[in-house]
Amino acid sequence: MLDSRKYIVAFVITAFIFGTAVFVSNGLADKKLENVRDIENRVALDILSSETQFALLAETSCRDIGPGFLSQELGPLGEKLTYAENQNEFNTEDVEGLKRSYFLLEIKDYLLMKRLTERCNIRPTFILYFYSTSDRCDDCEKMGYVLTALRDKYPDLRVYSFDYHYDVGAIKTLTSIYKVKPTLPAIIVNGEPYYGFKPIDELEESIPALKLLKTATSTSSSK
Amino acid sequence: MLLYITLFISLFFEVFLLITYLEVREEMKREDKWRPTKFPTVTVIVPCFNEEETVAEAVKSILNLDYPRKQLSVILVNDGSTDNTLKALNKFKNNPRVKILDKTNGGKHTAVNLALESVSTELVGCLDADSFVMPNALLKIAPYFDDQKTMAVTPSIKVHKPKNFLQHIQRTEYSWSIFLRRMLSSMGALYVTPGPFSIFRTQVFEELGGYRHAHMTEDMEMAMRLQKNHYKIVNSHGAHVYTVAPATFKGLIKQRSRWTYGFLNNSFDYRGLFFNKRYGNIGMFILPIASFSIFSAFYLVAHIAWGWLSKIIDVIQRYQAVGFNWKLSSPSFDWYFLSTGALPVLVVTAVGLTIFILYLSLRLADGRFRLHQGVFYYLFLYTFMVPLWLSKALFDTIFRRKVSWR
Repeated sequence: MLDSRKYIVAFVITAFIFGTAVFVSNGLADKKLENVRDIENRVALDILSSETQFALLAETSCRDIGPGFLSQELGPLGEKLTYAENQNEFNTEDVEGLKRSYFLLEIKDYLLMKRLTERCNIRPTFILYFYSTSDRCDDCEKMGYVLTALRDKYPDLRVYSFDYHYDVGAIKTLTSIYKVKPTLPAIIVNGEPYYGFKPIDELEESIPALKLLKTATSTSSSK
Repeated sequence: MLLYITLFISLFFEVFLLITYLEVREEMKREDKWRPTKFPTVTVIVPCFNEEETVAEAVKSILNLDYPRKQLSVILVNDGSTDNTLKALNKFKNNPRVKILDKTNGGKHTAVNLALESVSTELVGCLDADSFVMPNALLKIAPYFDDQKTMAVTPSIKVHKPKNFLQHIQRTEYSWSIFLRRMLSSMGALYVTPGPFSIFRTQVFEELGGYRHAHMTEDMEMAMRLQKNHYKIVNSHGAHVYTVAPATFKGLIKQRSRWTYGFLNNSFDYRGLFFNKRYGNIGMFILPIASFSIFSAFYLVAHIAWGWLSKIIDVIQRYQAVGFNWKLSSPSFDWYFLSTGALPVLVVTAVGLTIFILYLSLRLADGRFRLHQGVFYYLFLYTFMVPLWLSKALFDTIFRRKVSWR
């Protein structure tokens, strides 16, 4: 005989487990996004602080600018957003919003970095990287690994990555300034665009800025 | 979505099993204390085909059963063996309780049916020639027949002296089956009366006929036939029978694909039981979910394998891109990078329940919980072995290929 009560109880318990799992998962996802939002706020504050410091440069000298002048949290923030993008536990709209803010923060940081290099005659050590998530771009993933490895190798190197097709006006302006073609992945070093996948050795050899960075790193490590 | 549905059904089944366990655990304790009030006459049939190495031990184990000698007889059937099985059987020819039959090979069901013709006892059972009964097995089984409605009693089967890792996996798997069978028994949903020492009222064969070929799984067909006719089958978790488990991959896959093939084809033959309210739990729940589990096992393993494959591809791509120039430690121990989606939480819950049921199974099978190597093999390897025989069974079923015992 069928004991329908037992089936109902089993169903309710299973549904409860499912509901709890979804509830806990949503709670943790919210906490994670909150964590990303906190980092973004800190980065924004860092940039504001740097901008203020930069504005004061007129009254002070470049020597007063310490090593922590630029925010150090942009890299980890990017990693967390990439992770969030690849997981389906997060609310897509929230992630999209955070990604938008991240791109804008990157641009602000980039502008600051650029002004700093011009004003203080510092060797530019940054790369603008354009990738795509909306169409198939196998090389973009590989290029991402290369740039992460480069950043690990040269902590002073700043990599600003942008989703080429993302609907942010500032990214479009950036691509039009540097005349970046939609042949992705693309990187801009010292205003020079390079297209397609480039292995780490080739990048180090062919891009003058990196070559110098490599020399500087090996000199400092040999000392 | 399919993954969530699969998980929901699997979780539902596990919860259902645990509720059943809570319902019957007191009853199980009572059963442990049962002693027979009467000793019905019993015949045990041992069908043999090329079993020269194990049959003597099997017969000795029956003759050593703790049961009134006059009430127990044995029929040994040599089913046209090509080895020295008949010689091994003839060693028992002087035992007044043993009868030996010799016939040309026709399959297990023909051997048992031939023996059934000369059975006149109240109860009759089979023992596969590669299995051995514990001395108290029949004493444990007999009291269940005090209930006049009980038509068959199945035992708990354990693996005889596991040696290699495959047999250790099967030892754990059989423990799981002991628990499962006991729960199915309470639901009235047993769909196999296993070859090793399932005992029937002789009237079952008089009323429903003898064994059939039944896609090489006559013990499954017999149970389904009993269920179809609303004959009660119960399980005695205390009656222990030991069987020799396949020691090679080839042997294991062959045995399991035969079982799965038998299940698929007998289920098709008895499709009238499916989703039929008249058959209660077995029709509405157990047979459908057993069929579902064949396909869900494929799906889940494919999903896990795909996840691993993606990770391997990722590592290869990373290696192609940067060689060994990447930090193995990144991302660090940041909880942020822990997978906390609903799916992993549900998988962890389902695995947790599986481990808990396994704990109960091991406790039921061995009398107390003992962790052994087979448990780890079972947890980490078994799931990935299952699709091997499932796919063979599906292939054989779809292309109507004949399966064999050996």
